Amino acid sequence: MEKIPILKMGPFLLVTIQVDLYDRLALNLESDLIQMVNKISAKGVLIDISAVNIVDSFMGRILGNIANMSRILDAQTVVVGMQPAVAITLVELGLPLHGVRTALNVEKGMALLQSMLPVTSTEENTEDDSIAV
Amino acid sequence: MAIAKEQDVVPFRNRVREVAVKIKMGLVNQTKLITAASELVRNMLRYANGGKILIEVVSKGRSNGIRLTFMDNGPGIADINLAMKDGYSTGKSLGLGLPGARRLADEFTMQSEVGKGTSVTIIKW
Repeated sequence: MEKIPILKMGPFLLVTIQVDLYDRLALNLESDLIQMVNKISAKGVLIDISAVNIVDSFMGRILGNIANMSRILDAQTVVVGMQPAVAITLVELGLPLHGVRTALNVEKGMALLQSMLPVTSTEENTEDDSIAV
Repeated sequence: MAIAKEQDVVPFRNRVREVAVKIKMGLVNQTKLITAASELVRNMLRYANGGKILIEVVSKGRSNGIRLTFMDNGPGIADINLAMKDGYSTGKSLGLGLPGARRLADEFTMQSEVGKGTSVTIIKW
């Protein structure tokens, strides 16, 4: 069974989807990711979909689910790298991804997650060099 | 192309993309076509346990397009108008598949007979 790897980066989880997703794989990613959020008390989830050519209603719903479930577990979700053609298609499809934060690329997504960290947090620095102000 | 399980969807999408690239379809239209196809394939798998898809290149005047015909022998759809409504679903989905696919395609026709099966045709120019 294929699996989408989930990387830990400081208080954040990083997922880069590099393969064509079929439904079962997307569902597995959803549950793996949510369990991981819980296990490491992640504060943020970054999902890079720059290599994804197709986001249909199912995949869109999974992204929304991940965002909502993580929020309940006190983690923010940012989806980054969406291809312009995918964005056009999603809106026309009627799925504007309400409640899912997006950023143009991984760097900006990381900065956004950093900026959403509570100020009291004294977590170790992440490897990311673009700390948001 | 026969579709019987979820994993068949990925090669099917790739096949559609190959054909779309061959007729020099633009990237946005390719994405729309494949997304619409993906919705329809999912319906076919979920409600009819799979079926067959015909991929054809069609031309009208100087423009080329792709026609996809999805045929299944599933339970059929009793009320097509209701099924085409945004947000209506007999499963537990968002109910965007059929209406979304119609918006993404340039031409959309659907025939269904309860107990016999459903056939959906989409064309993207």
